[in-house]
Amino acid sequence: MHKVYTKLDRIAGNVISLEADNVTYRELALVNTEQGSSLAQVIRIEGSRVFLQVFAGGRGVSTAAEVRFLGRVMQVPFSEALLGRIFTGSGDPRDKGPSITQNMIPIGGPSVNPAKRIIPRNMVRTGIPMIDVFNTLVESQKLPIFSMAGEPYNPLLARIALQAEVDVIILGGMGLKHDDYLTFRDTLEEQGALSRTVMFVHTAADPTVECLLVPDVSLAVAEQFALQGKRVLVLLTDMTNFADALKEIAITMEQIPATRGYPGDLYSQLASRYEKAVDFEGAGSITLLAVTTMPGDDVTHPVPDNTGYITEGQFYLRNGRIEPFGSLSRLKQLVNDKTREDHRAIMSLMIQLFASYRETLEKQSMGFRMSTWDQKLLKYGHRFEQEMMDLSVNIPLEKALDLGWAILADCFDPEETGAPSKLIDKFWPKPRAEKAEKAEAPAS
Amino acid sequence: MSTNTGQIIGINGNLISVRFDQAIVKNEVGYAVVGDTKLKAEIIRIRGNSAEMQVFEDTTGLSIGDAVEFSGEMLSVQLGPGLLTQIYDGLQNPLPALAAECGFFLQRGKYLAPLDPDKKWSFTAVAKVGDTVQAGDTLGNVPEGIYDHRIMVPLRFRGEFTVEEIKANGDYTIHTVIAKLKDERGDVREVTMVQTWPVKRPINVYSERLRPTEPLVTKVRTVDTLFPVARGGTFCVPGPFGAGKTVLQQITSRHAEVDIVIIAACGERAGEVVETLREFPELTDPRTGKSLMERTLIICNTSSMPVAAREASVYTAVTIAEYYRQMGLNVLLLADSTSRWAQALREVSGRLEEIPGEEAFPAYLESVIASFYERGGVVKLRDGSIGSVTIGGTVSPAGGNFEEPVTQSTLKVVGAFHGLSRERSDARRYPAIAPLDSWSKYPSVVSDDDVSTARKALRDGNEINQMMKVVGEEGTSIDDFVVYLKSEYIDNVYLQQDAFNEVDAATNAERQQYVFNRIVKIVRTAMSFDDKEAARRFFQSLTQLTKDWNRVRMDEEGFKSIEAKIEGMITEVTDYA
Repeated sequence: MHKVYTKLDRIAGNVISLEADNVTYRELALVNTEQGSSLAQVIRIEGSRVFLQVFAGGRGVSTAAEVRFLGRVMQVPFSEALLGRIFTGSGDPRDKGPSITQNMIPIGGPSVNPAKRIIPRNMVRTGIPMIDVFNTLVESQKLPIFSMAGEPYNPLLARIALQAEVDVIILGGMGLKHDDYLTFRDTLEEQGALSRTVMFVHTAADPTVECLLVPDVSLAVAEQFALQGKRVLVLLTDMTNFADALKEIAITMEQIPATRGYPGDLYSQLASRYEKAVDFEGAGSITLLAVTTMPGDDVTHPVPDNTGYITEGQFYLRNGRIEPFGSLSRLKQLVNDKTREDHRAIMSLMIQLFASYRETLEKQSMGFRMSTWDQKLLKYGHRFEQEMMDLSVNIPLEKALDLGWAILADCFDPEETGAPSKLIDKFWPKPRAEKAEKAEAPAS
Repeated sequence: MSTNTGQIIGINGNLISVRFDQAIVKNEVGYAVVGDTKLKAEIIRIRGNSAEMQVFEDTTGLSIGDAVEFSGEMLSVQLGPGLLTQIYDGLQNPLPALAAECGFFLQRGKYLAPLDPDKKWSFTAVAKVGDTVQAGDTLGNVPEGIYDHRIMVPLRFRGEFTVEEIKANGDYTIHTVIAKLKDERGDVREVTMVQTWPVKRPINVYSERLRPTEPLVTKVRTVDTLFPVARGGTFCVPGPFGAGKTVLQQITSRHAEVDIVIIAACGERAGEVVETLREFPELTDPRTGKSLMERTLIICNTSSMPVAAREASVYTAVTIAEYYRQMGLNVLLLADSTSRWAQALREVSGRLEEIPGEEAFPAYLESVIASFYERGGVVKLRDGSIGSVTIGGTVSPAGGNFEEPVTQSTLKVVGAFHGLSRERSDARRYPAIAPLDSWSKYPSVVSDDDVSTARKALRDGNEINQMMKVVGEEGTSIDDFVVYLKSEYIDNVYLQQDAFNEVDAATNAERQQYVFNRIVKIVRTAMSFDDKEAARRFFQSLTQLTKDWNRVRMDEEGFKSIEAKIEGMITEVTDYA
């Protein structure tokens, strides 16, 4: 049926080229080499010359390698049987389980019609106060976690995966360290979350190009689950590796780089993935959290910079905590008025006071005298960091709000906080005796 | 239908090379045929007998030898009644109709009629048989929402025509022939309610272009007072991500005092467009009492939609804006974001292997941006009425650095610059327009004298604040400290607006004049305080009081009483020495 070609005329990096007929754009081909076979994808056609990117990489490919075009684009299987399984970026099992080949769906499908989108309205609870209280995650939101290398972003993702109230979790790993991959797998398994998880993992040891497939494969599967009415959480780590893989291919193809070697279409490439986050009217939703490591902690680096323009806010992970300043959930206003009446007040109040605490710290470090107010702020800031910001804190939103009031009451007088008096009457923790009195009052 | 076809000889992303035999036109539209679907594409370069075309869709599945059908026409939009309230993609595909047909996802190669061919419009003839008319002259009117939509002699017609026939008043569909016009040579041409116009050519059927002088009130105080926009002028809003560009545009699209607002969501988040298109039908336009959607048109080519159509989307938007200007209306075009459009140019330029300019943007970036903004303007039409197109574009500079090519090229050609600063947005100061860096060449709604006083106060206050960071409050004299507090006061009570408060969110020109004058008077007042703490406390309560003042309507009783209280406070601290 399909003709086999055995004469490559160029092998550069992970891109091969050959003369072939009747090839369609983005078609897949199978390249057989001595090391085994690999999928490859058509990325450019010039007359009869076809350029393919080889997912397993160009290393060891012979000029006489067999290339067979498959007449189809990249596909991934979709069924309930995917749950609990781990695959590579190309969709091959990584967990010694059987390979799944039924019900193949294409990846990188078309964009959702903006007219069919709805305004997000549901909160995703994570049990992490820095998210739930201060930067609430909303169903269908796309948020990156900006972080430096070495920060515990993968443990954070794993915790969110375990604690988030969603139906299905899709984890896409790109350039993941093998240890991290095993940690993810073991953590999810121990906590019994693996059964609602599908993992597509590309490790740092795997060929670079395969990394390019991970977001598309993960999101295609997520989309199918969402269309079935499931609330899906997609976790991608690390998108900077994905961007670097794009860069590698672009340079090999002799494209003119835009900034710092990245191709000019980096924004569009990232956007077409992130924009898959959606809340379908009358069906499920896709919420997307993606780690983006910032080389040199530089947020103006092209990858975090372009990401910031695409996503609906960002979390900064710094010193093992979600930094309250700079972190932003653009959609939080849509949901945090429906949780509890004191949610918004606590959110802005505690952050304002924390900002004052940071100023006091600065003053302290410059040797200025600490006033009584400064002392109070120091105490407050310390407790806030310990009990709210620490990533190991796992409490539901309501408990976190109560804790917020308790911390405030421990450190300040009610007037000093500037909280609306109505909320103070209702939520400010009363001394024990007074509380008892109050409890009796309605009875009399 | 033209039978001119070509064959694909190369595919690189959304760029295809096509071999052709018969004559073709640059910027002509062609359709690449893949199976049953036809993908729209535009010729952007011709070399020898091969043409490079950018495809407005995903090119997956195209193959060498596939046919390309040339249409003989440049990329055009359909203009006629029914454009308002629509939501189009960059190629004027109606998105709600597409959703009704194809469901959740966009389907490539699906092109629907931009205007409803079955809807009947109530036509009232204006021209009479025997009248001599030219392009742009009104033949009749149909009511479209709150406006009379002029059915004009097609704008592309050249020369003079005599009206041979015109339909009697009545209800007709857009494709009904409503008039027959005879040209100078005696050929008769039929005119319907719809006409087409190539998007990349400015509509210039007017008698003269005027200088923009009349302020366009956006009801954003910083803008109208300090950095005003004029009707028919241009402005740009650059800012790093998260500084509130889109929010500012959304607010402007709601409150701006214009007849029609066209929103071109170009390569940005879909979620933001959704907010507009779900909320606008619910909101009432205070000027007309009708739904805001009735004066709005959305061109929406969000970031995950095909890149080449992004470029088309801003041109589609500006062409429709120019069309409504021909009816003597004031149109505001908001493009968010022009950087995405520039990036689309860059992508194509890269694939064409052109020699790149700065940051790999093409060398012609500057002239392309300039000619786009130049399509704004106030014009006097042939019947003496005045119409305008005001263009406001956001710019998303890489890394928030305004030195990059798109921001710089834009700054050269616009009349006002509203630079958003990360510092202000982090401090939750909305709108985050930097008061010291922004500028405008248009006249303000308040007196120039007051503006320069406020500007000076802001500048001085900033200097003192910088100094205080080094020497601390202790090292600052009380006089300087008061200057600083005054600048903070202007910022807090005038420049900043509470977007969630109905009254404070939108301030009309009259109120701006009144309040600004009052505040400048306070700034000019010499004050004396016992110590810095007293000064700080005074300004804290003054700020609180003035903010309350901002939240009451001018016709409410509270307005006068709070003003009196403010006066009282000022008298107490005035230094008459």
